[in-house]
Amino acid sequence: MDIPRYWRLKNQRYRLQGKKCLDCGNLSFPPRLVCPKCKSRNCEKHYFKGLGTVYSHTTIYQAPDRFDHIAPYSVGLIDLEEGVRITAQFTDVLPADIEIGMKVEMVVRQIYEDGPKGPILYGYKFRPIIAA
Amino acid sequence: MRKVAIIGLGQTPVREHWESNLRDLAVTALRDAMDDAGVETVDGVCVGNMLSGALSEQEHLGSLVVDYAGLDGVEGMKIEAACGSGAAAIRMAVKAVSSGLMDTVGVVGVEKLTEYSGKFSTAALATAADADYETTMGLSFVGINALLMRRYLHEYKFNKSDFSVFPVNAHKNSVHNPNAMFRYEITDAQYAKSKLIADPINLLDSSPIADGAAAVIVCAMENVSQFKGKPVSILACEVGTDTLALDNRQDPLWLKGVERSVKKAYYLADIKPKDVDFFELHDAFSIITALSLEASGFAEKGQAIKFANKTDISVKGGLPLTTGGGLKGRGHPVGATGVYQVVEAAKQLRGDVAKEVQVENNNIAMTQNIGGSGATVITTILKRIV
Ligand SMILES: [Zn+2]
Repeated sequence: MDIPRYWRLKNQRYRLQGKKCLDCGNLSFPPRLVCPKCKSRNCEKHYFKGLGTVYSHTTIYQAPDRFDHIAPYSVGLIDLEEGVRITAQFTDVLPADIEIGMKVEMVVRQIYEDGPKGPILYGYKFRPIIAA
Repeated sequence: MRKVAIIGLGQTPVREHWESNLRDLAVTALRDAMDDAGVETVDGVCVGNMLSGALSEQEHLGSLVVDYAGLDGVEGMKIEAACGSGAAAIRMAVKAVSSGLMDTVGVVGVEKLTEYSGKFSTAALATAADADYETTMGLSFVGINALLMRRYLHEYKFNKSDFSVFPVNAHKNSVHNPNAMFRYEITDAQYAKSKLIADPINLLDSSPIADGAAAVIVCAMENVSQFKGKPVSILACEVGTDTLALDNRQDPLWLKGVERSVKKAYYLADIKPKDVDFFELHDAFSIITALSLEASGFAEKGQAIKFANKTDISVKGGLPLTTGGGLKGRGHPVGATGVYQVVEAAKQLRGDVAKEVQVENNNIAMTQNIGGSGATVITTILKRIV
């Protein structure tokens, strides 16, 4: 496993760190060096709250090698409140209970383990918000 | 800019080629295309391929293919644009010839996907997506397309079974293509019962991974009389791009890469969608067929299924699709697919396909090769030369 790569991504994976354009206010996740809207490079870090709704979802039965042992599992496109869409796995919910439009929140969970002796990758997943 | 033509065609059957390696598949198709054209050598070779490094531990394909094809010293390079690699390689050849830098260029798309377990090649294919933000979330390539299909069903209120029209048509045509992997028909009932791969995409929505190579010889139109091959005119071969990651698109159900690519292609060819006599599209998944028809200007947004039923996409219909069986029936050797599509369209225009699938009175053909979930799209428009 490429450890520097995962270390570099830790702020995105644990804290949803993206970018805010200081010229036009556009928000991006993942962070980009160039604002996709106004092409400015004048950007600062922005942390997303991790609250959103489900735009689409799928349950994967035939998985890539690394995820095979957890299949079937569900992955979705989540529309964050701030107006940015991200790709993430679902957790704490059965595939049949996931619906488009469902309110979800970000939590940090294990994404995968790189073999018995390799490091464990953590990152964001989304779970349904349970009404208090 | 010079006008360009295709003067030779070659292809191996699409199969699980356990007895042939990558280089032999490529050389067979390339040499067959050179024989068909009647050329002794070429000025350059463009090799379209996605996964030779990941699955055959072999990069540097340009010089390898040139060497084994007996083209000592000729320039050769590999072109990679995920599943769009094949047509991307044709695009490079067209640029070289139309600019006048080269007169005759060989293009070969080649891929070998079946040596490893399905899970291993599933992981390799997923590298077409964003490695840091899509693939590491456990998303497979089928999964990305499943996200599109689920949203499409939700927004436009179709039943999943409505999509069967596309794979059923593709299989009907592949029966008559001796180079296709699946030469049998499928039924709506089989589609309905097919096993889920990534909900809602089932096995019969998905094109199968395969091995194969296809080749074309591109030359300047002014030179076609020098060769024995039957020429076909390339009116346009244009690329459009979009964000690599699906989640970065405002409306994932509108393939901007397709729209950008067809707009340029229609403009250059000076045609409208209604002038296209048949369309060899990128049916890697049924949902992509629908989205391609919409963004290419054949159907209104959300109306591709109604369009398919009304216009009739069979060989005798208003817009025949995937007459060679498509990616679904022929098989999808990813980096070779774009070249197989152009070979099929050129054969149609030359009147060289089985009579059961020959489109009558055809004049203009369109092919479209899509890389990833639509981040690279190459649309090629071909015309019969009378
Ligand atoms: Zn900006």
